[in-house]
Amino acid sequence: MRKILEIRWHGRGGQGSKTASILLGKVAAKTGKNIQAFPEYGPERMGAPVLAYNRISDDLITLHCQVTEPSIVAVLDPTLLEVVDVTEGVPDDGIIIVNVGMEPKELKEKLEFKGEVYTVDAYGISTEEIGAPFPNTPMLGALIKAADLLDFDKFLEEVKKEFKKKFAHKPEVVDGNMNSIKRAYEEVRS
Amino acid sequence: MSSKVALTGNEALAQAMRQINPDVVAAYPITPQTAMVQTFSQFVADGEVDTEYVTVESEHSAMSATVGASAAGARAMTATAANGLALMWEVLYIASGTRLPIVMPVVNRALSGPINIHCDHSDAMGARDSGWIQLYAENAQEAYDNAIQALRISEHKDVMLPTMVNLDGFITSHAVESLEILADSDVKEFIGEYKAEHHLLDSKNPIAVGPLDLQDFYFEHKMQQSIAMENSKEVILEVAKEYKELSGREYEFFEEYKLDDAEIGIVALNSTAGTAKGAVDNLREQGVKAGLLKIRVYRPFPGEEIAEVLKSLKAVAVLDRAESFSTNGGPVFGDIRSILYNIKADVEVVNYIYGLGGRDIKVGEIESVYRDLEEIIDSGNVKNRVSHLGVRE
Repeated sequence: MRKILEIRWHGRGGQGSKTASILLGKVAAKTGKNIQAFPEYGPERMGAPVLAYNRISDDLITLHCQVTEPSIVAVLDPTLLEVVDVTEGVPDDGIIIVNVGMEPKELKEKLEFKGEVYTVDAYGISTEEIGAPFPNTPMLGALIKAADLLDFDKFLEEVKKEFKKKFAHKPEVVDGNMNSIKRAYEEVRS
Repeated sequence: MSSKVALTGNEALAQAMRQINPDVVAAYPITPQTAMVQTFSQFVADGEVDTEYVTVESEHSAMSATVGASAAGARAMTATAANGLALMWEVLYIASGTRLPIVMPVVNRALSGPINIHCDHSDAMGARDSGWIQLYAENAQEAYDNAIQALRISEHKDVMLPTMVNLDGFITSHAVESLEILADSDVKEFIGEYKAEHHLLDSKNPIAVGPLDLQDFYFEHKMQQSIAMENSKEVILEVAKEYKELSGREYEFFEEYKLDDAEIGIVALNSTAGTAKGAVDNLREQGVKAGLLKIRVYRPFPGEEIAEVLKSLKAVAVLDRAESFSTNGGPVFGDIRSILYNIKADVEVVNYIYGLGGRDIKVGEIESVYRDLEEIIDSGNVKNRVSHLGVRE
């Protein structure tokens, strides 16, 4: 099988996990990778647990099934840890990044997960930088750092272009989101 | 200059429609097609196209307005899915029977009931005998490429039939994927200007469109439609050849994936064919001679060509993402089995109905189908001619 990096995003409806997966996909595509970004569409409701996925590869991606064994998992809300098994299907050498105040060591024990565990206070960062708890953009910064996915400067450059398109009608939020990404990249703990 | 982009299937088709710049689009939004016509209507509002966009109150009206526009000599398009296609039903036959070269993306979705908005092919399979050409796409790239080629196929003077450009709901329509889109000027040049040979607004050569056509001529007109469908085969290949020169991407009636030396094979259409390629790769690493035939053109059905390829296999499984309720298997299965019977091929053919209402189909499940085929060859017995794959008992 072709080598494909698979990522699963856990969030709650309205937190922007789909947006995070699409942003990551679009930026990775700009660096010449083949990508997929797609949410799992169910009966979406604000606050309900939701999923989104990425596939990233140097080769053509032909798979169109759901991602069941992601090597990277990002969790956008700490309360999900109580209701969803975020480790499901993740291999022992996988990486899990969670928006939570807990120390990584403590969380690793709680999850009974053998791979690497990272934590970051995405709510704190976004509240300070954007003015509201939007965890998706800081989690992107944390994920880039933890998974060593893409060149960070290149990522910042491309993501800024995407923000400028996305927030064409409210440019004032671009800087806050950019700062959130940068801070999470620096502050994510392992 | 083409450009590499990351877009959803719906966005890719909206881009194709922008580049085609139809004279008229009359469309009604329905999940999972909504983002396509919504994005396109934004292009209209922003003045990026010259299209007259007709907002209608239903799909029946959408297809009727598209038929009217096309009969008036316009290049007319619409798009739909599932129950929207079902509501167009009687007008689908009027479009094809009136020989109007309408191109319509169909974002494949389950028909209600029970109510479901996710992918299967029950919508398009139900319309397979409506006289429309049907193209299917594994991913957003193919859907985009098919849409542009469809214009040329439909509008060819030896064809003059409408075309459905099918893509999987949500799986393709809503996922962001990498693809290449052509330069606007290249698309414009490729499709050229549409000049209807006969149309309602040609006051110097007045014609009647849609008059009563009873025992004396209806049959001859249906015969002409059938001949046009036969003609479309050559045109589809010609257009694909020209499109390859432009895009570098190759299209035929179907794609053969690792079939050359294969002993067992699967026939599938749309996105599942891509997932099946993953299963074929896995099995090939284990030394299993597995292959895949992905149907791109389902109407007209390239029967002889498919039979020629499948006849060298020992066992074939046809995957159908639609129930026909015939109790004898799905629609694609019926077609494949019939053409192999014509040439008296010594190939066992079995059927798997799968993925109804968006039920996910995984690589492992497709591998299990190939394992079943191996067992059929080993034992010489077919335990189940028709199975349902991935359903709970």
